[in-house]
Amino acid sequence: MNLTLKIWRQKSNTDKGSLETYPISDVSEDMSFLEMLDVLNEELIEKAIDPVAFDHDCREGICGMCSLYINGEAHGPDRRVTTCQLHMRKFKDGDTIFIEPFRANAFPIIKDLVVDRSAFDRIQQSGGFVSVNTSGNTQDANSIPIPKDDADIAFDAATCIGCGACVASCKNSSAMLFVSAKVSQFSLLPQGQVEAKERVINMVNKMDEEGFGNCTNTGACEVECPKGISLDNISRMNREFISANIKK
Amino acid sequence: MSKSTFYTSIGYKILMALSGLFLMVFLLQHLVINSLSVVSPESFNEASHFMGTNPLVQFLLQPVLIFGVVFHFIMGFFLDLRNRKSRTFNYAYNKPSANSSWPSRNMIISGITVLAFLAIHFIDFWIPEISTKYIAGDMSGLMNDGEFRYYHELHEKFNALPRVIAYVIAFVFLSLHLLHGFQSSFQSVGVSTNKTRSSFYKIGTIFAIVVPFGFITIALFHFLTQH
Repeated sequence: MNLTLKIWRQKSNTDKGSLETYPISDVSEDMSFLEMLDVLNEELIEKAIDPVAFDHDCREGICGMCSLYINGEAHGPDRRVTTCQLHMRKFKDGDTIFIEPFRANAFPIIKDLVVDRSAFDRIQQSGGFVSVNTSGNTQDANSIPIPKDDADIAFDAATCIGCGACVASCKNSSAMLFVSAKVSQFSLLPQGQVEAKERVINMVNKMDEEGFGNCTNTGACEVECPKGISLDNISRMNREFISANIKK
Repeated sequence: MSKSTFYTSIGYKILMALSGLFLMVFLLQHLVINSLSVVSPESFNEASHFMGTNPLVQFLLQPVLIFGVVFHFIMGFFLDLRNRKSRTFNYAYNKPSANSSWPSRNMIISGITVLAFLAIHFIDFWIPEISTKYIAGDMSGLMNDGEFRYYHELHEKFNALPRVIAYVIAFVFLSLHLLHGFQSSFQSVGVSTNKTRSSFYKIGTIFAIVVPFGFITIALFHFLTQH
């Protein structure tokens, strides 16, 4: 199929940037979206044009590295997939496809479609971990009984790959879905409950410090999340936050 | 909870939700009293006189209500401005309808419409009421003929078609505001879960239809019974 791509080009963080138009022909419907961009970049290199910079790594929907706001939606029009899992069969011959970077002030653009999502790393570093006692007396995790429901919910929360689609989709650029998934995956398990109070307070404070907006419960994040992280996590984080502040 | 708890994104959400829940309770009791004007003018007069002269209502609940209204609106504007600052460069092509409802994304628009309505409502009812009671000093609630004035005043106000149209429009926007606001407030205070979310949504939808359209019915009743 033949397509018209409207791609955001921006040389650097300080550059103004603009949408540029690139026609592309003979696109196979079996290609992944990123493979289509690979083909475009080969054509651009042949024409001595700077190739389009975009984030990618595993191309299996696990690493959380790929992003892109495609035709007005994070990771494109398909559901429960990352951009690397999106296939060109989702588009029609003659379509015009808008490709933009994830936009949020907390995710500054580095180049073209590449954004700096290290704010998520800093939020994780503020509390998204379990401190392990290395004295030699650490109990084997498998010997601690955990209710099946709690283990399942914690596992579902832990499938968050930190891609930032929630922030990109939210009209307020809120990171609540990401932070709440990280809070939930630990707070539901006995190993994580020891530091639960400090964790939720520190991660929420860090989230605010990084400049993410307020959650207004539109639910856009849950719909666009490639891993289907539930809004229930946000409600749980709100409960944990209230509880932690009452007990502190 | 410490003071700093409320100066966080979650703290703001909780305060917004609590003030919203308080205002929803007020709306419900306002609807119940106004409904009396349709079924029994005498009961409406008695309830209005009680609410208008009871010191507890007048000097405790009324100031709390005014504070709640002002707080909810100021917080709404504050949070909207704060959220706009988190994305200063917008998408060239955005498709929000693919993932969220119009009422959930436009609470500020429905909220401003309700605020504009409140200004009309205050001019129509609250200011004349305060003027009669606390400036003219007439706490009797009676007209010259010895009858209670409350039903007469309400009925007369809805004689004018432009006022009725303004009320209907405002209550449609209130309905849209409540459609998202009801279930959203339970999510913000952490009560909502995967198991209860659909129930809050259903109850919220019923509340968002019954309460505003109840007020619309009352306004239409008083208009139609005069024409």
